[in-house]
Amino acid sequence: MSLVAAVDAQTLVDAVGLGAVYALMAVGIGLVFGVLRLVNFAYGQLVMAGAYTLAFTSAWPAAASIGACFAVVLALSLALERSVFRPLRTQSPAVMLVTTFAIAFLLQSVALVLDVRDGTIGEAARSLGGLNQAVSVGGVDVRKVTIVAVVVAATALGLLALLLARTTIGLHMRAAAADFRTARLLGVQADRVIGLAVLLSGLLAATVAVILTVQSPLVAPDFALKETIFVLVGVVVGGLDRLWTATLGGFAIGFASGVINGALPTDKTVFLPSAVFALVILVLLLRPAGLFARGPAVERV
Amino acid sequence: MSEPLLELEGVEVRYGTVSALHDLSFAVAPGEIVGLIGPNGAGKSTTLHAVMGALPLHAGSIRLAGRPLAGHAPEQVARAGIALVPEGRRIYGGFSVDENLRLGLAARQDEGADEALAEVLSLFPVLAEYRRRPAGTLSGGQQQQLAIGRALVAGPRLLLLDEPSLGLAPAVVDTVFAALATIRERGVTVLLVEQRARRTVAFCDRTHVLANGLLRTTLAPADADDTRALVAAYLA
Repeated sequence: MSLVAAVDAQTLVDAVGLGAVYALMAVGIGLVFGVLRLVNFAYGQLVMAGAYTLAFTSAWPAAASIGACFAVVLALSLALERSVFRPLRTQSPAVMLVTTFAIAFLLQSVALVLDVRDGTIGEAARSLGGLNQAVSVGGVDVRKVTIVAVVVAATALGLLALLLARTTIGLHMRAAAADFRTARLLGVQADRVIGLAVLLSGLLAATVAVILTVQSPLVAPDFALKETIFVLVGVVVGGLDRLWTATLGGFAIGFASGVINGALPTDKTVFLPSAVFALVILVLLLRPAGLFARGPAVERV
Repeated sequence: MSEPLLELEGVEVRYGTVSALHDLSFAVAPGEIVGLIGPNGAGKSTTLHAVMGALPLHAGSIRLAGRPLAGHAPEQVARAGIALVPEGRRIYGGFSVDENLRLGLAARQDEGADEALAEVLSLFPVLAEYRRRPAGTLSGGQQQQLAIGRALVAGPRLLLLDEPSLGLAPAVVDTVFAALATIRERGVTVLLVEQRARRTVAFCDRTHVLANGLLRTTLAPADADDTRALVAAYLA
């Protein structure tokens, strides 16, 4: 079959790399959703802010530039939590979703104002440009950044899983995600749990910003917007109520779009979103509650 | 009566324009076990949630050892030393028994977490046996023991129980009341909301009867065998 033939090892490697990045974004969105029941549409703009920071500091040493990226994204995340998420915590999910739309457009507008293209803005993380070079692994050319993306994603997800499984604050976060009311009645401090979720989500956004800007150094106000929409669809397909299913959903849609992108002839890649979303519709028709939905809970007596 | 541990004074709670509690006043002294009974919708659970800070007060005040609790979030009330065993148990079914118990430590302010856990596991041996299992696989009675144990590890000054015998088989209800008797011996102050009127009146030092958000009457353990007094208290 010609389609299968087109999906070679090269495509699969790139698809895994894309899936890894999408999985990181899915976790960032899923963490905040878990404790706030808030779908943060502005998540991509946090990544965008990180990308612009990398671009503005492109003359700096790589470590300083990445440090600045993390500082900006974390500061922005915490500012959003304080000024928007916390006051709106008791509002309906619809109000919170629309609010994050507004934040997304606000941040994009700010980027338009800052993006003056007068030479102050350089190619993001120029010192990291070497990561775009390929190494040959078993006859397949793999860009170094793909390896970095997979390793970083696996490490970040592993550390997060440890934090959630082994620490007290992780236990509190899981409890808050499962039943916030009861968690508070038990003495779990809502502000601390939410603050930590937003902080971790910001760390992941900054990580994604670094990986994405190495992959596509051209920074624009709609940077990471397409990725965010794909990831949001992915986490819904996977199931937002549990972090690991949301993560798998994010990875799956990244992987699928990587494979479809590789399979489509070069002049037909404009149809990538159509193909991916057709797949999504099919999945949701077959499993409306998500790919990994579980059966209904049973009450014990 | 010594200085009250919990004191409600003229408490009024409203859901919209509907008054759920009206001018409710009572007190619980340290070491006391006080019951709260009444028909469905009488305001029993509302009273407990108002104490926990989960519902705003329209009027009146609630004090713990003389300190006002009004305006405190539930987690602050929990950390001030009031633990709630919620209606329907509200255990985390996907978490292990051990994790559920450790969640109870969230409200604990002082050292001694390990001792508290050990004490609860000796009080409810079945929890020690199933420590690693998902809590959702326990039977209803075991889950209720877990919910009570989770509240006790916080080392609360005051324990609130919201219908701990609800939905349990009669034999299991005996287990729950036996656990409450042990808790009484340990000197924990308890406010017990129940539907099982006779049993509650017999068990508690005093039992208040609520109806339509009003405190109707107060019964003593001796009234437990007086069916007419019980019926009259409900129907008055």
